[in-house]
Amino acid sequence: MAQTDNTSILDNAARRRFLIGTVNASLVMAFAPTALAGANGASDTLAAKQFSPTVWFSIDTTGKVLVNIAKAEMGQHVGTALARIVSDELGADWDDISIKYVDSDPKWGYMVTGGSWSVSTSFQMLSQAGAAGRMALAEAGAALMSVPAAQCKVINSNVVCGAKQVSFAEIVRKGAIEKTFSAEEIAALPLKSSANYQHMGKESKALDIPEKVNGSAVYGIDKEIPGMIYARPIVPPTRYGNAVTSVDDSQAKSVAGYIGYKILNDPSDHLHGWVSVLASNYYAAIQAADRVKVQYQLSQYNTVSEQDIQDSARALVRDAKQGAILLNEGDVVKAQTAAQHIIEAEYTTSTASHYQLEPVNATTEFKDGKWYIHTGNQWQSLTLPAVAKALEVPEDKVVLKQYYLGGGFGRRLFGDYAIPSALTAKAAGMPVKMVFTREDDSKFAQPRSASVSYFKGSIGTKPEDLGIEHRISSGWPTLSMAPGFLAKGLDDSGKIDMFSASGSDHWYSLPNHKVNVANNALANETFLPGWLRSVGPGWVNWGVESFVDEMAHKAGVDPVEFRLGLLDGKGKQAGDIPQNKHGALRLKTVLEKVAKKSKWGRTLPKGEGLGIALTYGQERNMPTWVGIAAHVKVDEKSGQIELKKLWAVADCGKVIHPDGALAQMEGSMLWGVSLALHEQTRIEKGRIADTNLSSYTPLRMQDVPELDIELLESNEVPVGLGEPGVVAVAPAIGNAIYNAVGVRLRHLPMKAEALKAQLS
Amino acid sequence: MIEFNLNGKQVSSKSDPDTPLLWVIRDELGFKGTKFGCGIGMCGACTVHLGDDPIRSCSFPLKLAQGKHITTIEGLNNAHPLQAAWVEEQVPQCGYCQSGQIMQAATLLKNNPNPTDEDIVQHMTGNLCRCMAYTRIKKAIKSAAGQSQSVQYFDPNEDMNEEMA
Repeated sequence: MAQTDNTSILDNAARRRFLIGTVNASLVMAFAPTALAGANGASDTLAAKQFSPTVWFSIDTTGKVLVNIAKAEMGQHVGTALARIVSDELGADWDDISIKYVDSDPKWGYMVTGGSWSVSTSFQMLSQAGAAGRMALAEAGAALMSVPAAQCKVINSNVVCGAKQVSFAEIVRKGAIEKTFSAEEIAALPLKSSANYQHMGKESKALDIPEKVNGSAVYGIDKEIPGMIYARPIVPPTRYGNAVTSVDDSQAKSVAGYIGYKILNDPSDHLHGWVSVLASNYYAAIQAADRVKVQYQLSQYNTVSEQDIQDSARALVRDAKQGAILLNEGDVVKAQTAAQHIIEAEYTTSTASHYQLEPVNATTEFKDGKWYIHTGNQWQSLTLPAVAKALEVPEDKVVLKQYYLGGGFGRRLFGDYAIPSALTAKAAGMPVKMVFTREDDSKFAQPRSASVSYFKGSIGTKPEDLGIEHRISSGWPTLSMAPGFLAKGLDDSGKIDMFSASGSDHWYSLPNHKVNVANNALANETFLPGWLRSVGPGWVNWGVESFVDEMAHKAGVDPVEFRLGLLDGKGKQAGDIPQNKHGALRLKTVLEKVAKKSKWGRTLPKGEGLGIALTYGQERNMPTWVGIAAHVKVDEKSGQIELKKLWAVADCGKVIHPDGALAQMEGSMLWGVSLALHEQTRIEKGRIADTNLSSYTPLRMQDVPELDIELLESNEVPVGLGEPGVVAVAPAIGNAIYNAVGVRLRHLPMKAEALKAQLS
Repeated sequence: MIEFNLNGKQVSSKSDPDTPLLWVIRDELGFKGTKFGCGIGMCGACTVHLGDDPIRSCSFPLKLAQGKHITTIEGLNNAHPLQAAWVEEQVPQCGYCQSGQIMQAATLLKNNPNPTDEDIVQHMTGNLCRCMAYTRIKKAIKSAAGQSQSVQYFDPNEDMNEEMA
């Protein structure tokens, strides 16, 4: 979230008090705004739910600790990681912990799961919450044992003083704890040192896994409401500007179970030209929707192609005056004039799509004056207002009920799929379960926009001649879905979607460095660009790390040596906040380690090569330092690329849930492979062309390379791991291909045909 | 009306005989562990057993189940060695494909208790894991296979000379 205007809404650590009180016999602990906590006691305030915490937990009379998780579980085992922070500081026995994924409620504060933020943005607050609980329990326990609290330890859900001890359960049963910590007291709470951690950094099993191996885990698509009917949408030909002119359902009437159709009018303006088909069962809804003929007044974007999108981006990056200025250091033009070598290159990426395995769906019911939307969602604070607007009701009349997400990857951030469900239920006057088929889901995709990046590098005889001019253009998800999160460019040059620019403001010290970022308006007008796992760094860093390699080769310097020389950690590259402490020097460390691990510099058989690339992950304010090495083998006749092995060395600060962290690295690196070599689609007639797996081809087991992953031990502030593993894989592979056969591929995904064409 | 055996119990359905078995299992009979992914048999999330064979229930018409034995993930009763291995290796991420992965893998071990890496890849490559937990899926299958192999029972009727040879 670097340099956006709205970071404060994510900062749940604003001034607040921490309340501990007894509600319904359980000990409840929660944050509350300073303003609320004053007048009444902690228990009264808690009972009245007059608080706005992002975390609370409770301990019942049997000593069981329930930690509420206001984050979406979509495979990252986030609840386990967050609960381990709380349980460790609280001094609880891990076996006493259970978690609950909560529904939307203003009391949880701002609700979003994305950006690899969860652990990083929750760590401090959850640690403090746990520590406050420990202090209160220690005091109460000490009083019960008539010993000084200072002599007590809290361990395994017991307060222990010498040979005496009292359990959390007993304290909750006997003690009416009533305690409020001020903002100052919270800040002064004694947090454990890493050496004393019982849970954090230690091996543990994820709490969500058992139910995911026996079929009992409940996803949004599994929800049923008594009396509900099924719906399938007829998704219009393009995202925007379509209007329904006529509907003919005569052919559908023969489908047993067909009920009828509804034309959806959306006051929130997200749906243009939607029809939904109702039936008593979902198969009938599928069959009937195939037979309902809808005529549209089509939008002007129904002829836009992938080539049009790419051309539009290319025109923008070829004009130095286009786009907002993200960075302007030194004088790139002067450096180019003085340079001995100038190199130019254009890096491009195809449109790609989420293909989260659970097709989007939502079940809506109106009950007791409120709209309940049952659906897995990553960004409730963005989705709920849109649904309320669509239904024309105040936001407090809408509740998003949370479920496991059958994959998120960014597709379930803005839950636009809830809108047609809600509107259909409203029109039908009964509960509706709307499920998109895979093809419907793809037609309503939020694809990763195609992108074009232009680079002009200068290498001179003097170090001060070194420079990179970098211009990027793509569709911007944030512009369409959350414009409040756009950042300001330098010198009133306009707004920037940092999610589509991050990766360019990197940690290499360059005396001359300029970055322009231009929105490809045609992309945003044609479709809804999505935040796809790793977002901008996925295409920006592909260009940066490939181009840095090109510069090294041009300068006649080994690419690893070249990078090491630029990672001096000086000036702004030293880091300025706890999250990026030591700055570029940590990137230098992972580079040295991954080079060593992969035996960089060794001789390989003909047609094989090693390549190295780096990333700082998602943003400068929350960098995850990753070095990737790739070993490829190229068939020089066919251009076939075999990825033999990937090495990764990652520094993400303190690791909270080691096995979960490793799983995130494994999955995200293979996502990197999939986006580098396997999956792509194209915009055709204004929407993505590949609507199912018959032509959209993510990585399968047969193409999985060997993985060697090392997470560095660290006591620095934890950052994020959901996405950073994706980012440096593609350039590492591209660099390896260059080292194998001397061909520089500049388009993602890298396909055999493209390589073959350049080999011959 | 179509009648078949589901997880050991006789069931029947009056649905359109062309209805994909998936929707009958999920929406009519209430077994939600079997998932809908692509609808064209290419992701494997809907995999169930027809007898001992894996089928893609999203593309398998109800009428072909007449008189057959169908097993879903729930029918493994949480007792299959693969399920224990899946927990031990911490395989699932989002988990949505995992019922299908386990059902697919179970048919491999049934016919081939000691699969090679290549056997595993060949048998499993049709099952998409969008979280890309592939390395763990493979590891868990190997470990489950290894476990069933490591359990040996003494059978006095068996000719022990074979082992001596």
